[in-house]
Amino acid sequence: MFENLSQRLGDTFDRLKKRGALSEEDVVAALREIRIALLEADVALPVVKQFIDGVRPKAVGQDVLRSITPAQMVVKIVHDHLVETLGAGEPLNLNAVPPVPILMLGLQGSGKTTTAAKLARLLKERERKKVLLASLDVHRPAAQEQLAVLAQQINVPALPVVAGEQPVAIAKRAVDVARREAYDAVILDTAGRLHIDDALMFEVAAVSQEVKPAESLLVSDAMTGQDAVNLAKSFSERVGITGIVLTRVDGDARGGAALSMRSVTGRPIKYLGTGEKLDALEAFRPERIANRILDMGDVVSLVEKAAETIEQEDAEKLAKKLAKGQFDLDDLAAQLRQLRKMGGMGGVIGMLPGVQKIKRQINDANLDEGLIKRQEAIIGSMTRKERRDPRLLNASRRRRIAAGSGTTVPEINRLLKQYQDMATMMKKMNKLGQKGLMRHGLGALLPGGGFGR
Amino acid sequence: MTDTAEKQRSWFGRLKAGLARSSAKLGDGIAGILTKRRLDDEALDQLEEVLIAADLGWGLAKEATQRLRHAKFNQEVSPEEVRRTLAQIIEPFLEPVERPLVLDPLRKPNVVLVVGANGSGKTTTIGKLAKLFREQGKSVVLVAGDTFRAAAVEQLKVWGERAGAPVITGPSGSDPAGLAFTALEQAQREGSDILLIDTAGRLHNKADLMAELQKIQRVLKKLDPTAPHAVLLVLDATIGQTALQQIQTFRDLIGITGIIMTKLDGSARGGVMVALAELYTIPVPYIGIGERVDDLRPFEAAAFARGLTGIDS
Ligand SMILES: Nc1nc2c(ncn2[C@@H]2O[C@H](COP(=O)(O)OP(=O)(O)OP(=O)(O)O)[C@@H](O)[C@H]2O)c(=O)[nH]1
Ligand SMILES: Nc1nc2c(ncn2[C@@H]2O[C@H](COP(=O)(O)OP(=O)(O)OP(=O)(O)O)[C@@H](O)[C@H]2O)c(=O)[nH]1
Ligand SMILES: [Mg+2]
Ligand SMILES: [Mg+2]
Repeated sequence: MFENLSQRLGDTFDRLKKRGALSEEDVVAALREIRIALLEADVALPVVKQFIDGVRPKAVGQDVLRSITPAQMVVKIVHDHLVETLGAGEPLNLNAVPPVPILMLGLQGSGKTTTAAKLARLLKERERKKVLLASLDVHRPAAQEQLAVLAQQINVPALPVVAGEQPVAIAKRAVDVARREAYDAVILDTAGRLHIDDALMFEVAAVSQEVKPAESLLVSDAMTGQDAVNLAKSFSERVGITGIVLTRVDGDARGGAALSMRSVTGRPIKYLGTGEKLDALEAFRPERIANRILDMGDVVSLVEKAAETIEQEDAEKLAKKLAKGQFDLDDLAAQLRQLRKMGGMGGVIGMLPGVQKIKRQINDANLDEGLIKRQEAIIGSMTRKERRDPRLLNASRRRRIAAGSGTTVPEINRLLKQYQDMATMMKKMNKLGQKGLMRHGLGALLPGGGFGR
Repeated sequence: MTDTAEKQRSWFGRLKAGLARSSAKLGDGIAGILTKRRLDDEALDQLEEVLIAADLGWGLAKEATQRLRHAKFNQEVSPEEVRRTLAQIIEPFLEPVERPLVLDPLRKPNVVLVVGANGSGKTTTIGKLAKLFREQGKSVVLVAGDTFRAAAVEQLKVWGERAGAPVITGPSGSDPAGLAFTALEQAQREGSDILLIDTAGRLHNKADLMAELQKIQRVLKKLDPTAPHAVLLVLDATIGQTALQQIQTFRDLIGITGIIMTKLDGSARGGVMVALAELYTIPVPYIGIGERVDDLRPFEAAAFARGLTGIDS
């Protein structure tokens, strides 16, 4: 029943096997399969539609690179769009007058109490904040005790329980105590509630009105199905949320609910719960969830092939130039662009063996992204003539370029030294022949690159 | 007798209220699609989507609409007719799992092991079951087999009080299998009717935690080779297609004799139950429709199917 995405797309495109740009027809056929894949990953239907509408214009007319199949191309486009839609993670917003109130919200059993304790631990240990935990759950048996036990485990104070006190009053007392005793933050755990339960939604909205939380976090199970849109929408509209925490990511659910909730609320997913222990909280990374939703086991290999192919094509082009002995600073700029693209790719592409190697080399050579960007700027400030023939670059030209690119002369010197090293390596490579370059790829061209691997 | 009948009626009323909420949208959807319309391709596509939104899964939604196509294609149909036909299509999937929990009145005790993912409603469901059995005049003993989660024992103790059932506990962090063994020994000695064992929540992909359940079963068998007499998996209606993988793994590794679906009082419709019924045919004796002690209902295929398609009476 659960055919995976690449099989499906493979079947779809077997019939097409075209080259050139993706036609409207190709794209429509592919997107039908993408739709099913997303539904099987529990992305809610309205969100699936919206997502597909977003992908379509990006895919139609897109050039299919040589040696990449249309299926691979579509997967890449879908993956990128998914990462973009999921958005980047964001840390907790603590920019408020202390004690900063943080409100936990969600359905029954979603993981609110556990996550409240995890956040308290995070704030205490990483941010050195003084945190107070308070349970507003007067409904579930032993809920307040549960929070008290967890608080003790992480050595964070919990607001003493006053029998019979109601949620709004507890919230008020928690903030008062926190203010008086100079706490930095106060985390308010609430009872689980159904988003269609008017009385309980009203209750928590009143709490929110009272304390005006800096963060209202919707805590949701990664296993959540189609209902994710409804619940996220309700909590967002009736109480207001500032972010989402996805729990039980340590399970094997595909996690489509993440996309559903992010899409309907427009709020960032801030953290992932990855276990029952109190240190099992991670910052959200869109690639991780995108890979799951797309069933990346296969997609990785698809994209891997695609990435290899791109590398190979560029290597071929480069090899031709080399054969004619014409590697200039324009080529270097192209290489830097390529590297920056790869360096910026975490997730799938970053995990590929070949790319990992290049990334390591980038790190070894201390070529961080910012540096590569600056080097591109330097080359961009040169005249065409200078780029073709770097020997023209005397001291005064270097000063001009430094001013033009917002860099310094020593930086330009370093870049030119790097170019020199590369050119030398090119000569060696030329001896090795075109095959050698193809085998070793662009990585071999990096300083510290070498051939031995 | 009349008392029970009346209670049942009000039970049914509340079940309907719960299910009506969860089906309101589906019903609206169908009405919206079909008012004064021919059941054409477009309408069928939209119906398929409505079923998908009920967590029926893409494959089954397609199958159900295919069958609807065969029955009614290109006919002028009222929304009510479409609902009824859809319910008739779905009901046979569910019918085989409408099976009660069978316990032997002579066996002392019947050992019931309750398992499931984190936060699915195991402890609450045990409280509800205990109350139900107590009302039937059975002696019930609860075992606080979740020695891991904070205040899990205290939570079960509250439920024990509500149901009028003693709770056997062990120290926090102790071996749940050891506790289960001691509890069964005690229940055998005292001749209790039913021993309900709570367990910590666990995700099915955690091998060590699944092995822990297997150990509990092995240890119980040392005292009674036929135990446990029921292994109930508690499943949250809010979860999506992952339920299929979850049930399969639990079934393969520890054997499941029954599924209880909880939180059907929410707006999640638990449509995944249809696929579960088709694939695994594991009995569904009860459903949970709230947080209170009496919010447990027998599962009824017809009512569930009607509820899913938005039929009110
Ligand atoms: N595997 C796993 N379990 C989790 C995670 N977060 C919470 N849990 C477990 O999920 C169960 C429910 O967690 P709670 O924190 O009690 O959930 P809650 O939302 O406070 O529940 P209510 O207050 O009853 O609504 C517990 O067994 C937790 O240990 C997670 O990220 N991974
Ligand atoms: N609305 C609703 N809530 C329910 C239902 N059953 C359980 N709950 C709630 O779900 C939450 C979790 O229930 P528990 O019984 O603690 O779940 P559990 O499976 O024992 O959780 P862990 O032991 O932490 O894995 C609690 O807030 C319960 O009140 C139900 O049928 N409907
Ligand atoms: Mg809680
Ligand atoms: Mg429990």
